Amino acid sequence: MVQLTLPKNSQITEGKVWPKPAGANRLTEYRIYRWNPDDGKNPSVDTYYVDRDDCGPMVLDGLIYIKNKVDPTLTFRRSCREGICGSCAMNIDGTNTLACLKSMDDVDASAVKIYPLPHMPVVKDLVPDLTQFYAQHASVEPWLHTETPAPEKEWRQGRGDREKLDGLYECILCACCSTSCPSYWWNGDRYLGPAALLQAYRWLIDSRDEATGDRLDDLEDPFRLYRCHTIMNCAKACPKGLNPAKAIAEIKKMMVARQF
Amino acid sequence: MSTSSGSSMRTPRRRVAGLGSARSGTGHFWLQRVTALSNLILILIALPIVICVAGQGHAATVATLGHPLVAIVLLLLLFSVTFHMRIGMQVVIEDYVHSEGVKVLALIANTFFTIAVGSAGAFAILKISFGG
Repeated sequence: MVQLTLPKNSQITEGKVWPKPAGANRLTEYRIYRWNPDDGKNPSVDTYYVDRDDCGPMVLDGLIYIKNKVDPTLTFRRSCREGICGSCAMNIDGTNTLACLKSMDDVDASAVKIYPLPHMPVVKDLVPDLTQFYAQHASVEPWLHTETPAPEKEWRQGRGDREKLDGLYECILCACCSTSCPSYWWNGDRYLGPAALLQAYRWLIDSRDEATGDRLDDLEDPFRLYRCHTIMNCAKACPKGLNPAKAIAEIKKMMVARQF
Repeated sequence: MSTSSGSSMRTPRRRVAGLGSARSGTGHFWLQRVTALSNLILILIALPIVICVAGQGHAATVATLGHPLVAIVLLLLLFSVTFHMRIGMQVVIEDYVHSEGVKVLALIANTFFTIAVGSAGAFAILKISFGG
């Protein structure tokens, strides 16, 4: 059956409360999930205090402040700090989002609560193992497939056809959508999830791609595609404002359209 | 899918590939929507019938259901709802039951249950319609 409670060794305990920075006037409390694969202990939630006068405005700025000035063992991924690399995806204040795009002032709760992306194996602290997620993306073969010999210059595309890719090509594969989807939690081994399906649709409607039928064949499966029950968490979570649920609905429409 | 010994040595791409695409699912997806529409239409027709015969006694009910159109509407509603119920329940089972053996048994039981409910309902409607 589907697992609704955490296994014993994953249950979260109260962790360490780190000292407040001396002489700080404006403090923001961070409560952060910690788990170290090497110490054999259960995960815990540590409490930190960030000096807002010594730190940028985003949640990621606070994490970098903690790592640099309070606790260098805190582990998380980050790179571009401007919402284009997708590295700092995590669960902040109950929603999957990018730490670099989320302002500390936009957090509703009194403390900034941060957990790794839900239902993924954890490597350490806020770093999830996304191996399967990337393999699912690779499985939709996200590149141009053609039979026609390549033209001397580029494959041409009309303006209207190019505009069909808007709202799709912007996906940065941060995994916020897929890891917010209950159907992906329950059947992530077989359901491709919103991110991979949005990417699949991006190639299905590309006017230059000549493998549309093969792509639909590979997706037509009760689990790969039809586990989507339009729960819409994906669209709510997407930090880039995209709508994977709509892309999936469009794939289903293509599936029906080719039957008649 | 089996997760027996050695599955951790498979590549991630192999695990995602699984047994390949089943090349199905669209039939159920479409039928679920078609039966949703027919459920709505048939309930809008059947509800007034049920309200009319409520509290009317046995003889009046038998007389109403004796009309072919009334009996046919009720039969269609029964079939539409049971089809819809079976597909919906199958989705729930596939979502939440992950043990392969239990899942197959649950899917078979779902089919048997649907046929039993449909047959019993059809028998009841026809029996009343043909004179109780």
